Amino acid sequence: MKLSGAEIFIECLKREGVKTVFALPGGVVLKIFDMLHQQKDLEVILTRHEQGAGHMAEGYAKATGKAGVCLVTSGPGMTNVITALADAYMDSVPVVCFSGQVPTHLIGNDAFQEADNVGLSRPCTKYNFLVKDVNDLAATIKEAFYIATTGRPGPVLVDIPKDVSQNMAEFAYPNSVSIRGYNPTYDGNKWQIKQAADAIAKAKKPILYVGGGVVFSGASQELLELAEMTQIPVDMTLMGLGVFPGEHQLSLGMLGMHGTYQANMAMHYSDLVIAVGARFDDRVTGKVSEFCPHAKVIHIDIDPTSIRKNIHVDVPIVGDCKTVLRELNQILRATVNGDQKDLRKPWWDQIHQWRQAHPLTYQQEKDGPIKPQHVVKRLYELTRDRDPIVSTDVGQHQMWAAQYFKLAQPNRWLTSGGLGTMGFGFPAAMGAQAAFRDRLVLCIAGDGSVQMNMQEMATAVVSKLPVKIIILNNGFHGMVRQWQDLFYNGRYASSDLGTTPDFVKLAEAYGAVGLRANKVAMLDEVLKQALATEGPVIVDVPTYPYENCYPMIPAGGCNHEMILEDPPELKKKQSGAQKVTPEDKDTVLTA
Amino acid sequence: MEHIISVTVENKFGVLSRVAGLFSGRGFNIESLSVAPTLDPSMSQMTIVTSGDERIIEQIVKQLNKLIDVIKVVDLNETEFVSRETAIIKVHTKDADRAEALRIVDIFRANVIDSTPSTYTIEVSGDPKKIEAIINLLQPLGIKDLVRTGRVAVAREPIRQAVTQTKKVARE
Ligand SMILES: Cc1cc2nc3c(=O)[nH]c(=O)nc-3n(C[C@H](O)[C@H](O)[C@H](O)COP(=O)(O)OP(=O)(O)OC[C@H]3O[C@@H](n4cnc5c(N)ncnc54)[C@H](O)[C@@H]3O)c2cc1C
Ligand SMILES: Cc1ncc(C[n+]2csc(CCOP(=O)(O)OP(=O)(O)O)c2C)c(N)n1
Ligand SMILES: [Mg+2]
Repeated sequence: MKLSGAEIFIECLKREGVKTVFALPGGVVLKIFDMLHQQKDLEVILTRHEQGAGHMAEGYAKATGKAGVCLVTSGPGMTNVITALADAYMDSVPVVCFSGQVPTHLIGNDAFQEADNVGLSRPCTKYNFLVKDVNDLAATIKEAFYIATTGRPGPVLVDIPKDVSQNMAEFAYPNSVSIRGYNPTYDGNKWQIKQAADAIAKAKKPILYVGGGVVFSGASQELLELAEMTQIPVDMTLMGLGVFPGEHQLSLGMLGMHGTYQANMAMHYSDLVIAVGARFDDRVTGKVSEFCPHAKVIHIDIDPTSIRKNIHVDVPIVGDCKTVLRELNQILRATVNGDQKDLRKPWWDQIHQWRQAHPLTYQQEKDGPIKPQHVVKRLYELTRDRDPIVSTDVGQHQMWAAQYFKLAQPNRWLTSGGLGTMGFGFPAAMGAQAAFRDRLVLCIAGDGSVQMNMQEMATAVVSKLPVKIIILNNGFHGMVRQWQDLFYNGRYASSDLGTTPDFVKLAEAYGAVGLRANKVAMLDEVLKQALATEGPVIVDVPTYPYENCYPMIPAGGCNHEMILEDPPELKKKQSGAQKVTPEDKDTVLTA
Repeated sequence: MEHIISVTVENKFGVLSRVAGLFSGRGFNIESLSVAPTLDPSMSQMTIVTSGDERIIEQIVKQLNKLIDVIKVVDLNETEFVSRETAIIKVHTKDADRAEALRIVDIFRANVIDSTPSTYTIEVSGDPKKIEAIINLLQPLGIKDLVRTGRVAVAREPIRQAVTQTKKVARE
């Protein structure tokens, strides 16, 4: 039987196990929407902006480990979704994006709402396709899902011209895919794994540096076994949070620019770095020439380009974390002997000293302004036994969330690391909520970031996605203000947001619930109320506007040279500071 | 250091821009790039002349391999290879210069492939040094037009086998 391209599209998605499509219609995709409207297997969530659709697909993918799917129209629909594709590309998120295109005979003619979708998305997708013939559609969609979800995951675009969605073809879904230029390596080289095991046996001050690759690979169990068997401390990247239990005694927390003191010191002074699914990003290495000066480096990564991109590697292992760690554990199980706790004691004594010297800390006065860290900590404590999924936007609040919200499991943490996309948090949370309707999904947002995709509140209300947004409202682009305080002499160029909008009223305008916690004493009560509310909620928490996020390694600095608190001049300035209006700000703060 | 990288790719729409985009997007050098179909019409062969230190060349080879439309990458500098470039040079030739032009053509074993009373169009093949040399000699006569193909290269057989990097095996 012959099916239209639009019907083929739907059949393919069903066979890929897709349940939800985040979408916004337009002229050239109307046939597809028309067919979607007449079926029951796929849920269509209508977003208010294509960027929202893209981030929702990302949130869905990160929470489920499966590809997230979005569907947009040609021209502006496509250009709007680009930010989300670039975000997914940087953070290796499996997303399959379908875009509409003008009819094949008009391509290249500057037709109405035409854009070169393949050209636009080339640098920010893992691969992309323009389907010119309906007979190729099914095989193309199969390849798209295969490429997005295998090897190092990433976004894939399938561009479908209007006539292709209307034309008829015999439907046959291929069972398998074979692409001669694409064969990801899953099994690590045995000899290299043996080298790694030898190095681990010899090391006195080893450290595990684990990242997003462990999430994609589903290798948390193997990681836990390795760490416990060898008593090696674990540093997590921002993208790796949750792959190792945050409260585990072997966890040192996050490393890098805003990582913990012990995580960065342990990294700097280690004699063996075991990098697992992490890519030595500059937020982690700091100054490359002085990165881990005493260490040998083992690097396990499925993407050969990640290896030796930034840092010299002694034992490179191309392969999947899970497969490689299994093999490594097997060797170590047979060779590790003696009590590892005893063996590692001097190293752990040193780490405990670091931990005690500079733990994460903040000062919350009973009647003083609410400290943002306190909000995250309380939120964590109030929700930990509900195993929530947590998303963040980008900025200081993101870093505090990373420091204080300790996750026990992977796929619970949705954040934009590589691109650092403000506006990611809320739609990503909605995507996760769409996948898990009954779970608690929290979005820890900044007052700046959340406004970048606020329109999706309409989607949350209409599509019943009861995300709880907690806005750490400091009235600033806080992260920018922090840099201005530290490196630009306190001149707040375009970082002051004022106090608009009223987020409570804004929530209400959308038909959601808005709550506010002004005082420390009412924080718990308000948070509990939000958690007990059925639909989407915004909790607006005005926080101390001048709080800075520490530790901090200045860009390009060395990992063992952290700024741990406000420099004295800054403290003095802030002790007298009120949140001030833009006009008199300079006079007050630089006085 | 200069490297010649031989890349076998799918003979598909858009592949050239993927390769070119990789080089421009990551700030890698391209000195020349030539591309044409192979005996198997489903594949094309690219020869890319690039430069960089060891780390950069390693990244270039890995990044090329990572492209889904790339089937095979060989860094020819890891082996012995022969390379050729062709240039077509149109020179003005006043009466007095015509004999001189032909002499130069002769020395370089080049060919005259077109001629008018006032011009010769000369085709020459060889390594880049040879091409530079003939250009230098023809310049005083007055070069009207010059096109060069960029280099193509192939590993020498069978002195030593090229160290290929196929995607089927782990590369580390
Ligand atoms: C404001 C801000 C501040 C930041 N501060 C910090 C900070 O303090 N600390 C920090 O760590 N980050 C920080 N980041 C994030 C940082 O920019 C990077 O995104 C992050 O460090 C990268 O994490 P990752 O190394 O785990 O790599 P990811 O981007 O998660 O990459 C995963 C790696 O694993 C590999 N991989 C994928 N699948 C597999 C598999 N199956 N098997 C093996 N390997 C696989 C991939 O090839 C890749 O190399 C910050 C970001 C922002 C926006
Ligand atoms: C789309 C986008 N534009 C600009 C930036 C640069 N930027 C990084 S953090 C930040 C401020 C974020 O402010 P807010 O969301 O209020 O978070 P806070 O730092 O105050 O917690 C800005 C502007 C960015 N990351 N993303
Ligand atoms: Mg803010």
